[in-house]
Amino acid sequence: MGESRRDFLKDLGAVAVGAGCALPLLDRAGWLAAQTPGAAAPATQWAMVVDLELCRRADVRDACTEACRREHNVPRIPEPDDRIDWIWTEEYQHVFPDLVHAHTPAEAREAPVLVLCNHCTKPPCVKVCPTGATWKRESDGIVMMDMHRCIGCRYCMAACPYGSRSFNWRDPRPYVERGADGRPASDYPTRTKGVVEKCTFCAERVRTGRPPACVEAVQAIPGAERALTFGDVSDPDSAVSRILRDERTMARLVTLGTGPNVYYLESPPQRGEDAGEGA
Amino acid sequence: MLQDAFRGGRRTWVLLGVWAVLIAVGTVAYARQLTVGLTVTGMSRDVSWGLYIAQFTFLVGIAASAVMVVLPYYLHNYKAFGRMVILGEFLAVSAVLMCMLFIFVDMGQPTRVLNVMLHPRPRSPMFWDSMVLFGYLLLNLVIGSVTIEAERRQTPPPRWVRPLIYLSIPWAVSIHTVTAFLYAGLEARPFWMTAILAPRFLASAFASGPSLLILLALLVRRFGRFDPGREAVQALATIVTYAMVINLFFVLVEVFTALYGAMPHHVEPFAYLFVGLERHAALMPWTWVGTTLTLGCTVLLLVPALRRREGVLALLCGGVIAALWIEKGLSLVVTGFIPSPLGRVTEYAPTAPELAITLGVYAVGGMMLTLLYTLVVNVRRRLQAV
Repeated sequence: MGESRRDFLKDLGAVAVGAGCALPLLDRAGWLAAQTPGAAAPATQWAMVVDLELCRRADVRDACTEACRREHNVPRIPEPDDRIDWIWTEEYQHVFPDLVHAHTPAEAREAPVLVLCNHCTKPPCVKVCPTGATWKRESDGIVMMDMHRCIGCRYCMAACPYGSRSFNWRDPRPYVERGADGRPASDYPTRTKGVVEKCTFCAERVRTGRPPACVEAVQAIPGAERALTFGDVSDPDSAVSRILRDERTMARLVTLGTGPNVYYLESPPQRGEDAGEGA
Repeated sequence: MLQDAFRGGRRTWVLLGVWAVLIAVGTVAYARQLTVGLTVTGMSRDVSWGLYIAQFTFLVGIAASAVMVVLPYYLHNYKAFGRMVILGEFLAVSAVLMCMLFIFVDMGQPTRVLNVMLHPRPRSPMFWDSMVLFGYLLLNLVIGSVTIEAERRQTPPPRWVRPLIYLSIPWAVSIHTVTAFLYAGLEARPFWMTAILAPRFLASAFASGPSLLILLALLVRRFGRFDPGREAVQALATIVTYAMVINLFFVLVEVFTALYGAMPHHVEPFAYLFVGLERHAALMPWTWVGTTLTLGCTVLLLVPALRRREGVLALLCGGVIAALWIEKGLSLVVTGFIPSPLGRVTEYAPTAPELAITLGVYAVGGMMLTLLYTLVVNVRRRLQAV
């Protein structure tokens, strides 16, 4: 009895030692399996094309960001350290660090660009989330956020290469825009302190067939309808697919392999200069 | 057995009182953080991890270093560590406890902590980290208490604890490896995304942990009238020396690759540390103090005549702990966020409540360690008297 029990314990020990060594590898193995090519692409992948030229217009940018704030009761917190942003403006040189060089004129470097969550095909934030509070929705490729499951560890913020995630460092509710009756601008649930949030491509609107709030906002501005185009990139006939096929577009930090689904439409070359070169 | 933990002299009670006061202050600060939010800390949208996660990283190293006494004693039958092993295991228990508390106080929604187990995501290194840390805490708690209880009864420890001891050896390596993977797998953070991170973590752990153990052993000898053994202290000093040399080598490998390769996103974090970036240089003095301590202590430790003198050794161990605390408990985590992926340089400095909470967590570890070491000293002294 004693002998066999000792043998059993020895075996158990050996198995446990092996398992202990392999723990980190198991995780890697799971990850590698998930990376295998041929894994089913989502039937729908919502995507957006942002027109860089129209981003230069302050009225276009403000219409987008304000529509988003109202739609989702995004708080307006004055301290920059505690800011919450779903769609906001950054300088061209910081959005596309690989596309500026020593001789890029300041005007081009500092051009304002609208940025938001890229709803990546391989989202790093989803990979690292320990609870599944953020996940990529299989039905339409939106990177979702469950603010009731989020434990506020902020690992996703460390993992996102685009700075697209905001943490509620304080109670956001006093900073939410309210109407005369004291109620928030929209029915969208306000958040609690201690959770991470970000753009959801207006999943609640898209479900009912409406475009995201920012897209709807620019469509109301004459001459700026093309500032943001929203559609299904897996449908070759969608407006987004047509732009991606016919025009010069790019995405942020593509070398990282995250597969952003927000694209940027480059401004067309100046016709006059082209003609001069050719003549 | 537990009553032995509370049979200390006047000095022990004073020490426990100091820990209790610090814990009370930390608790008050934490209550404020709970009600107001993490805005009471110095963390921000750009630097979203700070002192808490850095202390966690540093202390995982202290915890893992127990393997440096367990391995020679149990695998190589190195008898000189006979009285040191239990001190190492109980140091690991206190360190892991602090690690878990530091993760906890960093959480935005601490009441949801069980979500990590209710909705496990094996693709997340953080899931694995919480699993291995919890396992390591249990392992060392069980091994430590079973062996000291056996010693108290003057019987050999039960045989079933042996496999657990062997398991604790790779497990110790795993806690620090997984902690390194937490950082090294992030494409967004070039400063952390380096294959040398896990080896570096282990090397610095095997320097800082045994250094702390040497200081604790000297304290226990002085105030507890129980001697873990001069030879054991010297063996630990040799381990610290080797580990410091290896750690220094790993750091230089990293610095060479980053600076000679000279890709901006690799150079910028180092520039921030050593000379400042865009006129932001909060960590520069720390970096130079840390570098000087690392180089100075390593050179002096290499001289056998110096490290054999216990007074000098104690000073050098203090220097090693300070240097590696600056490296891991301060610079490593914060600099990963500088500059931000959007090119912003946002600096970080802990606030008063953040420091109070940090000290409070350290005090919990200190109290745990005081009680466990009092227990060990009481059991051992009774055995010596027999």
